[in-house]
Amino acid sequence: MAAIQSNMKSESGLISRLANNEMLLGYLFILPSLIGFLAFYAVPAVRSVFISFTEWNLLTEAKFVGLANYQDIFADDRFWRSLQVTLTYVLWNIPLQTVLAVFIAVMMDRIHNSSILRGFIILPWLMPNVIVALLFLWLLDPTLGIVNIFFEAIGIGRQSFFGSPDQAIATIAGVNIWRHMGYNAILIFAGLKTIPRSLYEAATVDGATGWKQFWSITLPLLRPVLVFVIVTSVIGSFQVFDTIAVATQGGPAGATRTIIYYIYQEVFERRISMGTATAASVVLFLILVTVTIIQTRYLNANQSDLAEYS
Amino acid sequence: MKRRFSLILTLMVILLLLVTSVQAQDGVTIRYVLWDTSQLPPYQACADLFHEQNPGITVSIEQLGWDDYWTAITTGFISGEAPDVFTNHLAKYPEFVALGQLVDLQPLVERDGVPTDVYYPGLADLWTRDGARYGLPKDWDTVAVVYNVGLLEAAGVDPAIMEEWTWNPEDGGTFGETIAQLSIDANGNNGLSADFDPTNVVQYGYAGNGMGGPYGQTEWSWLATTTGWIHNNGVWGNEYYYDDPRFTSTIQWLADLWLVQGFAPALDQQTSLGRPALFQAGNVAMIVDGSWMIGTYLASEFEVGFGRLPIGPEGRRSMFNGLADSIWVGTENLEESWEWVKFTGSADCQNIVGQSGVVFPAIPEAAALSQQVRADAGVDVSAFVEQANEEGGTFLFPITDYGGEINTIMTEAMDSVGLGTGSAADILPAANAEVNDLFQ
Repeated sequence: MAAIQSNMKSESGLISRLANNEMLLGYLFILPSLIGFLAFYAVPAVRSVFISFTEWNLLTEAKFVGLANYQDIFADDRFWRSLQVTLTYVLWNIPLQTVLAVFIAVMMDRIHNSSILRGFIILPWLMPNVIVALLFLWLLDPTLGIVNIFFEAIGIGRQSFFGSPDQAIATIAGVNIWRHMGYNAILIFAGLKTIPRSLYEAATVDGATGWKQFWSITLPLLRPVLVFVIVTSVIGSFQVFDTIAVATQGGPAGATRTIIYYIYQEVFERRISMGTATAASVVLFLILVTVTIIQTRYLNANQSDLAEYS
Repeated sequence: MKRRFSLILTLMVILLLLVTSVQAQDGVTIRYVLWDTSQLPPYQACADLFHEQNPGITVSIEQLGWDDYWTAITTGFISGEAPDVFTNHLAKYPEFVALGQLVDLQPLVERDGVPTDVYYPGLADLWTRDGARYGLPKDWDTVAVVYNVGLLEAAGVDPAIMEEWTWNPEDGGTFGETIAQLSIDANGNNGLSADFDPTNVVQYGYAGNGMGGPYGQTEWSWLATTTGWIHNNGVWGNEYYYDDPRFTSTIQWLADLWLVQGFAPALDQQTSLGRPALFQAGNVAMIVDGSWMIGTYLASEFEVGFGRLPIGPEGRRSMFNGLADSIWVGTENLEESWEWVKFTGSADCQNIVGQSGVVFPAIPEAAALSQQVRADAGVDVSAFVEQANEEGGTFLFPITDYGGEINTIMTEAMDSVGLGTGSAADILPAANAEVNDLFQ
């Protein structure tokens, strides 16, 4: 009897020890996504570094070629142009998207906020990328699109949008701003909710206006959330692909060939060259790591200003 | 009692499983893919007849849109999931041959004594290289003028002019004149008038559809080749001639239709929804398109006619392109796949396809059937057929290696000319040098 009891005790002791070991429990919780991360991101990422040193068309044996693929892409004007196109896209995309998201979040916080409204705001993000791209392809069509019919009616005149080398990248940025700003607004809105109301009350008593409150309280205290939103959207922005694949296929005349589209073409359109495609991916990876480190350092991502107030 | 019942039931289930598994072993299913939706019904009819004649073989047809088709085929090669048989294109098959993904049909053709001379001359040879054969021809296509009957009538243009109209890269000939006559600005002036306002056009005489990349099948090859120019030094050639003044002047003449004249929608204003959508919107008088599109244009809300191409300095020319069925090397049912390829290349299937009218089959008798079907419906598609039958009326698709690379280079260069970024004479020679470097 005593033996059984002690056995039971030790068993429940194990479970409770497990439950109390937060670290272990934490790992258990992230295990499912950790498996996915390893299988679909980490392992392929490491593999592609190896592939980038080989000449490989997926069907025949890979051949080690050293740095030849890197020399190949660095000598390719299309590669450099694709980096330039990508950067232009990011500069169109991120600032506008973030400002709009903050604006929507603050409006939701101050004026009106219901689950129905939040549903509408996040709706564009729930639509598949391909559908969004097709939708805008029709809306913005130079000859038959309703937007151009409207523009013509109010005297602005027809715009080429996706068809013009000058407008195409900004148009794609616009489509993706429309798609992502609601999602980012919801994230920022959640961040707003963590700011203690008492701070605003105190500020009001001290005579600070709404605008002053926004600059001195809201924005600084929102920083951890904002950094998260900006870092993830910059990474996503550098990797823009689906809208381009559907709407412009990198055209007109290469004006929307971003780095990811360049990588895609290396394997599926221009030739089947895994070596140069992965070499370009490695370069993109290094760029993203650098950009992210700079961002997190510069924006002090891991500390919140809230500590100073408490 | 209960136990016996369940025993009987178990036996019955086992018997049923045995029967079905025997049946499954008995029949072979081969996967066949094509991209053209309008060809799906006739080929389904072919597959049904084929199954009747060969009860052991079932053909399962899948249709995939052109844009995804080639990505799906390529990834299929790699993952081992490619279809047994697929519709192949002349621009694409050289790369598949280079990757060793297509079955050489020549030994099978010789073993079974399959005639390869029953097709339109030249079609079967397009699918051979160094004595190997990678497809049996299914159909062919040419291009011709498609016009809006009502708009020509309104402008007083008699379609009979298409029998003898001319073109040259200097002044555009009577073809260029007709385009001008059919272009109308907001004040009602046509393109022949000195008052014509190219910035305020309400009806276009002509519309292109992109710049046609390296081949220009429906975009410019029917103009450029009438000057005596040709893409490269023949089938499986290794030198391209995109720097030739005859070529660059043709492209410049075409681009000037919108860059200067206002007779066609500008490249960046051409709808991304495709040329049929633009034409069917009703403010474009004429376009040039391929015979595989006949059905699409006949579905317009207005009357549509098909006319002959203009006569250039060296006559009338259309690209003569054709599709064929190829067998993937990874197929587990080579014999059955070969039976199906033989069948789609035979009169049995091509007559069915011909009767549907959607394309012109590779066997002349079946192609005549297709023309007859359209004629019975009151539509004259002889412009396409006469072009194919005329002495010297066609040239073959420029098959070479590096199709993907050439496409990337030339699409970009041609688009730049069409957008007015630079002149054809400046941009195209540099692109040509890049293309020819591939063969070094």
